[in-house]
This record gives sequence, C-alpha cells and structure tokens, in this order.
Amino acid sequence: MTDIAVESSASTEQLPRTKTDWLPLLLVPALALIALPFVGSGSTWVTLTVAGLAMGMMIFLMASGLTLVFGLMDIINFGHGVFISLGAYASLLVLGPLGGWVQADSIWLNLGLLLLCILAAMGFTAVVGAVFERVIVRPVYGSHLKQILVTMGGLIVAEQAIHAIWGASPIAIPLPATLRGAFIIGDVVMERYRVVAVGIGLFVFLGMQLLLNRTRLGLLIRAGVENPEMVEALGYRIRRLFVSVFVAGSALAGLGGVMWAFYRQTLTAGMGMDVMVLVFIVIIIGGLGSVGGCFVGSILVALVANYVGFVEPKLALISNILVMALVLIWRPQGLFPVARR
Amino acid sequence: MAEALLQLSGVHTHIGPYHILHGVDFAAPAGQLTMLLGRNGAGKTTALRTIMGLWQASSGTIRFGGEDITRNTTPDIARAGIGYVPESMGIFAGLTVRENIVLAARSGPVDSTRLDWMLGLFPALKRFWNLPAGNLSGGQKQMLAIARAIAEPRRLLLIDEPTKGLAPVMVRSMIEAFKALKAAGETILLVEQNFHAASALGDNVLVMDDGRIVHSGPMSELVADKNMQQRLLGLSLDAHQ
Repeated sequence: MTDIAVESSASTEQLPRTKTDWLPLLLVPALALIALPFVGSGSTWVTLTVAGLAMGMMIFLMASGLTLVFGLMDIINFGHGVFISLGAYASLLVLGPLGGWVQADSIWLNLGLLLLCILAAMGFTAVVGAVFERVIVRPVYGSHLKQILVTMGGLIVAEQAIHAIWGASPIAIPLPATLRGAFIIGDVVMERYRVVAVGIGLFVFLGMQLLLNRTRLGLLIRAGVENPEMVEALGYRIRRLFVSVFVAGSALAGLGGVMWAFYRQTLTAGMGMDVMVLVFIVIIIGGLGSVGGCFVGSILVALVANYVGFVEPKLALISNILVMALVLIWRPQGLFPVARR
Repeated sequence: MAEALLQLSGVHTHIGPYHILHGVDFAAPAGQLTMLLGRNGAGKTTALRTIMGLWQASSGTIRFGGEDITRNTTPDIARAGIGYVPESMGIFAGLTVRENIVLAARSGPVDSTRLDWMLGLFPALKRFWNLPAGNLSGGQKQMLAIARAIAEPRRLLLIDEPTKGLAPVMVRSMIEAFKALKAAGETILLVEQNFHAASALGDNVLVMDDGRIVHSGPMSELVADKNMQQRLLGLSLDAHQ
C-alpha cells in the first residue's frame, strides 16, 4: 500500500479537523475530583478510587463481549450472563488438580494459577459460546423479541446444567495466598487482588483497542458494526466474523467470570445473571457496540457506586440507574455512539 | 453488440408480501456502460440488489460471465468480480478514507499504479486520506464509494444513482470520472435518474417500469428520439438537461 506516498503528497492545509470527543473521557477524572471533597479524607478517596477502578475493569471484562456482539450482530443476548458463570466454574477445572498452588507462598505460582484459570475459563466458554451461537442464537437472527426469549431460555438451561454438574450449593474458592491482603502506602489501602484486576483489565482493553484499530480483522469488525450488508458486498463472509466475535465475546465473559469469582471468593450458578443489569447499564451508557464506551461506562458506573456507597449508602442502590439516566439525557445514543448506516 | 457479461432472464423478486420485479430480462455487454433508467419505484434498485444477492430472486436466472449466480451468496457474488455502490453509498463513516479503501481491497494491498489511477479519478480523496469518511461532503462520499468499488480489479460495476443529490459541479466531476472508467474498459451497469448524465455516458440503455424492462437498445437511439423519451420516461427530458 502506498500510504506514505499519498500522505506525503496530500496537502495538509485547509483540511477539516477531526473533532476528538474528549468530553466523555473527561467525565471519569471530573467525577473523581468532584467526589474528593464529599469523601473528605484523601487516603479514603484513593482507596475508593482504586477499588472502583478494579470493579470497573471487572465489569468491563464481563461487558465488552456483549457490546461487540450487539454492535456487530444486532443480537440481544440475555444469555451472556451464563458465560460469566461458566467461566467462573471452569476455574474449578484448574483449582482441582492444582489446588496446592493456591496456598503456595510464591507470587509466580499464584499468578500462574490465576492465568491457568483464565485460560481454562476462556477456552471453555469459547467452546460453549460456539455451540450456543449455532444452536440457540442463529435460528433467531433478525428478531429481537425471539432473541430475548430464546437466550433467556438458554441461560436457564445452562444454569440448571451448572447445578447438575457442580451442585446447587455455593462453592467457596480461595484467593491465591500472595494475592490476599493489601498494599498499604501511608494511609492508603489498596487490595492486592484489585490492583491485579486493574492490570488485567487494562491489558485486555489495550489489546482490544490494538486489535480493533491496528489490524485488518479489527477494521472488518468496526465496519461490520456500522454496515454488515456493505461488508458482505465487498466480498467478506460476515457470518464467519459473527461467529468469531460471538465466540470471542463469550471467552471475554468467561475471563470476567473468573476475575469476578476470585473477587467474590464464591461460585454460584446465578452469579452471571446477577451482574447482567450492571452489564446492560454500562453497554447502554457507553454506546451499543463501542468498546471504548463500554470501558469508560464501566469505570464511571463503578466509581459512582463506590463514592455514593461511601458518602450516602442509601442512594447506592439507585446510583447506577441515575448515572444511566443522566448520561442518556445528555447523549441519548450513549457516550460514544457507533456510526450506523 | 458485445458479448453479454451479465444476463438476467425472467427474474422475479419478492420483498415480504410485495412482488417487485416481474420477470426482468436484460443483458449488460462486456466493456460497455449500460444505463438503467426509470421513474422512482420502477424496480431499478431492487434489480441491482437482486444481482448482488442482497435480495434473493424468487425465480428466473442471473448469469455472470456464463455462470449461474442466482443462488450465490453476496460475498461469493462480490468475489466473482462484481463491485457494488449502493444508493446510500454504504461508506463506513467511522473509518478513515484510507481504511475504507484498505478494506475494499480484499485480496491484499492496493498496488501503487491502481491507487494512483484511483486518486487521479478522485483527487479530493487524497486530501482527506486519514480523516473519518463521515466528515466528507455528500459528493466526496460518493467518490469514496466508487473508489472503493474499483480498489481492486472488478469485472462489473453496479452503481446506483451516483449523482443523486449532488451539486452540478460535482455531477460534472462524476461524469468525467465515469468517462475515464469507460475508457479503461470497465463494464458498468449504472442506475441514473439524471438523463443529462445518462445520455452523456451510456452506450446502451434499459428502461424499467413497474418491475419490468420496457425498453432496451443503444443510448444514441433514445437520445435522438424525443417521442420515445416522452413515451418511456413520461416527461420532457429537455427539462432535465
């Protein structure tokens, strides 16, 4: 491609400037700063902020796949929550044989265990996602009502399958030894696991951004979100892309499920369903189909929940709905609306 | 007449309960520009979408380069060498001009000769190369849509109303670009409402009405015969020149 030749010969004068939409990005630091005087103590504010960021990253991991699936495939997948639960339960496949690593006093063994749990969860949910797409979702492409009903049905069946395989009682899973406790810097307390969650969330977000913005596959996905019919008219088999994205979205939910499970240290079949309201809120706030919007929305929702929970606990339950309402009044299509045909 | 690259025989298309195409028969000869004219709702866009497989023909056959493509999927039809520019242009507004072109070159990077030729046809695109396509004006978007269709060699271009809503100066640029495409030997099936543009470009003309082809022949014949224009298109075309 002769991009360089084109760029060098193109006049840079009189070009319309691309408007970078900074406002939604500024919301997060603005919110944090506004919360500071209400929280009062600086160290408490840092603790709440780090905890909120960690929570936001976990929500992002669980929601990012759903927003891509909706954006590209126009599929409303109410069954997404089951991949979160299945991912969490898949960690048992690793925790069973390698249970000794949990108590090992080695950060590398502990992180290795977490990584293996993540890989097992992503692999397992990717396979289940492929089957779910083929058996449950594919017959109802194009009909939102049927999608809601059928994917809800799929979720119920899968939850019952979890009960049948792993039992109906909650299962406790311990955090690996070196990930317990907190880093204490002065008066600031940051839980170790939350710091790890922030790192993994950022890693995944940056990876997705690189994939979407720097690769041909990402280009196809972005184009497909805007106008799938035109992508087909260019000769691409978008059905395969659909399946790949659905599988990847399921795997991401599985990853989120593992992180969420270690955070709660308990497994229940309904744990995925329990967070789906939050997941839908963040993908609506972010703009359906927008990964960047999902990221900002997740952090926003988590920070608000933390700050409000500390300052005015009675309002914590409705804080997410309030955030969504305010964002939609400001931007009815979400923070980063995806261009559509 | 040159050998037909595209041949439709008795093509019927239904969209839901509506019967839109009622046995369409026509041929688009290789290396020529065939205009498809007709009033709004005559079935021109449906004909192009049916050829592309975006709507399935209920009956009849569509042959391209001698092969039956009636039941082929849209990606297969595109891979067979048909480029399509829809009436809505179908550009990806959130992608840059460069990314739109990169995506259109499915088989790999656009070679520099082709890129130079393309940007020679539509020089404005060079200036907006790294800007989101959504920032372009209507005419520039149309240029991008056509550039995308020719980003790699195609055997046939289907273009739906490229001058619709464009300023006269942009229409003139578009006519020049199509003349250059013709000179390059491209086979084009062009839906157009602007008879001035159509008469300046077409080698052949097809007129559709109510989902049927009601006239086909050389464009020169229709241009020369005002009565035929009046009868087929229902208005004095002088008013549109």
